[in-house]
Amino acid sequence: MPRVSAVTSAPEPAGLDAPAIDLAGQPTDKEWHVLAVVALGGALGALARYAVERALPATAGSFPVATFTANLLGCLVIGAVAGWVLRPGAHRLLRPFVATGVLGGFTTFSTYTIQVLTAALHSRVDVAAGYLLATLLGALVAVEAGFVVSRALARRRPGSGRR
Amino acid sequence: MTFLLVAVGAAVGAPLRYLIARVVDVRVGSVFPWGILTVNVAGSLLLGVLTGLVAPPSWQAGVGVGFCGALTTYSAFGFDTVVLAEARERLLALLNVVASLVGGLAAALAGIALGSALTG
Repeated sequence: MPRVSAVTSAPEPAGLDAPAIDLAGQPTDKEWHVLAVVALGGALGALARYAVERALPATAGSFPVATFTANLLGCLVIGAVAGWVLRPGAHRLLRPFVATGVLGGFTTFSTYTIQVLTAALHSRVDVAAGYLLATLLGALVAVEAGFVVSRALARRRPGSGRR
Repeated sequence: MTFLLVAVGAAVGAPLRYLIARVVDVRVGSVFPWGILTVNVAGSLLLGVLTGLVAPPSWQAGVGVGFCGALTTYSAFGFDTVVLAEARERLLALLNVVASLVGGLAAALAGIALGSALTG
């Protein structure tokens, strides 16, 4: 069981690794590497989300299919790769790049809240409520489904992919 | 060109999310994901302002899709919520959902109102 937030936000599981950022001082060379891969992964993830949004353009008052798809897909993948990026011996830049960077940049919360409000302000309360709940429930189910995939893969490759 | 703006905005937003979440989580020292809650609410406020201002397309791409999009995250929110629930911290998982939705929507609404007021 990974510590809460261990994959997607900052804190390191205690004792596994040195803190990535020394809050009392300046980041060291190695800590800049973490920020760099988060920036690179975030840019790649956001570009992929933007590509999905261009492919499935939203119209005013309609269900935001593109953001919905990106958020659920990102949640599925984070559940599936959590064990892989958190496993003992994983490269120290793997988690910041894949989870914090790519998946964090691919998914978005701000676009989601604005889309819910925009639909509501366009008098489409049905779309607003449906989108709000569908994304929330879909995301939680997707993370759980990702865990199931991860466990199935771990059973096929004993000793790896443990969550 | 818009792809470049999205990439640059996200290249700033994602590491800023990492830093803010880390500072908040270290300061608070709780299992509750305060850090991600903070960036998701703050990002919703900022995107609300941008929406209320009716910003030009280049700003919407760079600051909206790129920066705010990468500053905030659904994967971390979903992951933390499921991990809390699986760790038998069901109340904290529920609180994370309620606080994120209520906080995020309230911040977005306040941002839209602020942006509209600034436009006049």
